[in-house]
Amino acid sequence: MAKPLHPTPMLDELESGPWPSFVTGLKRLANDKDYMVDLMGQLETSYKTRKGYWKGGTVGVIGYGGGVIPRFTELKDGEGQPIFKDAAEFHTLRIMPPPGMHYDTNVLRKMCDIWEEHGSGLIAFHGQSGDIMFQGAKTANVQGAFDALNDLGFDLGGAGPAVRTSMSCVGAARCEQSCYDEASAHRAVLNNFLDDIHRPSLPYKFKFKFSGCPNDCMNSIQRADMAVIGTWRDNIRTDEALARKWFDKHGMNELVNDVVARCPTKAIQIKDASAVATGDRISSVKLNDTQCLEIDNRDCVRCMHCVNVMTGALAPGQDKGATILVGGKRTLKIGDLMGTVVVPFMKLATEEDREALVELAQKIIDFFAENALEHERTGEMIERIGLVNFLEGIGLEIDANMVSQPRTNPYVRTDGWDDEVARIEARKQKAA
Amino acid sequence: MATAPMRRAIESGVPDNKPYLHPVLAKNYGNWKYHDRPRPGVLHHVAHGGDEVWSVRAGTQRQMDVYTIRKLCDIADQYAEGRVRFTIRSNIEFMVSDEAKVAPLIAKLEGEGFPVGGTGNSVSMIAHTQGWLHCDIPGTDASGVVKALMDELYDEFKREEMPNRVHLSTSCCEINCGGQADIAIIVQHTKPPQINHDLVANVCERPAVVARCPVAAIRPALVNGKPSLEVDEAKCICCGACYPPCPPMQINDPVHSKLAIWVGGKNSNARGKPTFMKMVASGLPNNAPRWPEVAEIVKKILYTYKQDARSWERLSDWVERIGWPRFFEKCDLPFTKYLIDDWRGARVNLNASTHIRF
Repeated sequence: MAKPLHPTPMLDELESGPWPSFVTGLKRLANDKDYMVDLMGQLETSYKTRKGYWKGGTVGVIGYGGGVIPRFTELKDGEGQPIFKDAAEFHTLRIMPPPGMHYDTNVLRKMCDIWEEHGSGLIAFHGQSGDIMFQGAKTANVQGAFDALNDLGFDLGGAGPAVRTSMSCVGAARCEQSCYDEASAHRAVLNNFLDDIHRPSLPYKFKFKFSGCPNDCMNSIQRADMAVIGTWRDNIRTDEALARKWFDKHGMNELVNDVVARCPTKAIQIKDASAVATGDRISSVKLNDTQCLEIDNRDCVRCMHCVNVMTGALAPGQDKGATILVGGKRTLKIGDLMGTVVVPFMKLATEEDREALVELAQKIIDFFAENALEHERTGEMIERIGLVNFLEGIGLEIDANMVSQPRTNPYVRTDGWDDEVARIEARKQKAA
Repeated sequence: MATAPMRRAIESGVPDNKPYLHPVLAKNYGNWKYHDRPRPGVLHHVAHGGDEVWSVRAGTQRQMDVYTIRKLCDIADQYAEGRVRFTIRSNIEFMVSDEAKVAPLIAKLEGEGFPVGGTGNSVSMIAHTQGWLHCDIPGTDASGVVKALMDELYDEFKREEMPNRVHLSTSCCEINCGGQADIAIIVQHTKPPQINHDLVANVCERPAVVARCPVAAIRPALVNGKPSLEVDEAKCICCGACYPPCPPMQINDPVHSKLAIWVGGKNSNARGKPTFMKMVASGLPNNAPRWPEVAEIVKKILYTYKQDARSWERLSDWVERIGWPRFFEKCDLPFTKYLIDDWRGARVNLNASTHIRF
């Protein structure tokens, strides 16, 4: 039994209502630990004063320079002593999850036992970067907690100006839209950068994220410095049995309004079965005995909408791989940036393919490390130096898929034009 | 004094997920054909070879005590097959290879207080950040805002009645760790930082702080004989970027740190290209413990969208069809001058056409 709870009238209000209550969980932990009694005391104070009371510091484990988020209380009395002294230190260990965040109950129970012994007993599945966040340990207990989690097969994630913990979607493990082995790519890339994860020495943070298809369930385009998003080059696959089943259930109005009309490039048409186009870039499937859905795959931008609506009846093609986009981030400092295309397509089917991905990632990180200003994200660096300089720096050829349209102003010096055309021609001939 | 031998870290990195995969997932890895949803909260996946798996999705509080996690493990062992995974929005999924296990599993989860839902066209769990519980720069709490809102949106989590899926997020400062969403709630400071000049010289690396300001409003200064920093308050946009590298520049304020609502973020490439969210309301009070003013506006936007959008329209698709003037009108929100972009690249957000809906 721990000491009595401090009064927490405001937090208590968050115990009512149907959604699972974190306050009830905190109280359960506070039954056993003075640590959590005082944590609740400080949190209640924040609710009252509307102010935060944690400051950072330096806490780590032997051999690593990051991965622990130190928190020391700033809520002190007139003598400079912590008001809630048992919770004066409340550090978090960021632990990298398995790709797709799969667990068995055995490993989850072991994590609980470790955190009950060394920490607060509060664990977040998961933080916004994807870490399992073991929240709340005293400085003296951080090493012991890490050692136990490390022996269980887990490792610290990134913090500070480092390669950060990554996330990948459920992907190939359970999703029919998966266009590459997300988990293998995730591990191949991240585990190549362990030094840059554990010993922060980059200009700023660098995030990789892995989504298996353009639905981008990992929000990689908006959040990752390097986003690996699955796609395919060949034709959308079709399944007549499932297409007929879908049409039977949903009918022509839904087909027109929800599928055909919502295709962003108007690549889909409804045709009489007798008039359907043929050709090596056409996908078609019968909806009933007389009507067909016809897709011109040259016009399709692989947006996923029709595949999402008619899952199984329509499916990604078989020549799968990924599009690589670079530079996504949120506001600070220059405003939100989306990732933009730097590799329209690369295969990710074999070990060699994944090695090429790792090599590309290494080049980008090396360029970032050498050229970004302090506290400048990759997207901001590219904004400052221009995409072409970035591409030349990492040795990627330009491609018209990298722009939404060519430039709309003449403010560019073009005296190298003829040389550039000659270079492109030479490259074409070499490839032919 | 004897010291314990130093243990060197095993730099094992990202662990392999194969040992943790449900056996049916492992067997059919990369070989799934399609899925359907027999009811909200349940995904039914079918492999090319005919294998089937049912995944039951339930909401959690994300910040979980070990007792809650062990309870979920007990449920997984007794009612499912011992394997779980978490979604990006902190929902837990239990995989079972036998359809007969689905209904008892759902009954048990709901009986223990874990709502089953969050699939398809539902309002899924709100992506959230750390807040007062653990962050060093928070303007508000995260877990509390999410708990309060999910209490209000509980039924929408359990149903699939929205035009398309709805993602929500919250963030406790403008760094926006919560990320892009259909509807997002983000702290918006309204006053420049309050500077404790006694501490700046000892705590802050001053040139780094000067460099951090997006509008070059910070400059080194001597205040009361001490090296410090000063802010050109006419230039300051109150973003709070200076606060993390320099805690004596306190940006959080119990009254003047407000909450803003943003809408229309979409990460998927489905239909239109991915979009950033747009600010549509601000100036809302930071009213712990249940933030009722925020909940009111979120619900107004959400239910207007629910009623007005067509099938498969995400919030951004809906606004693209009806236009921003009608969005503000229908949601009963004032369109103020603060919503007209004046940051770099702002002209792309102005209407350079005569496309106007009357």
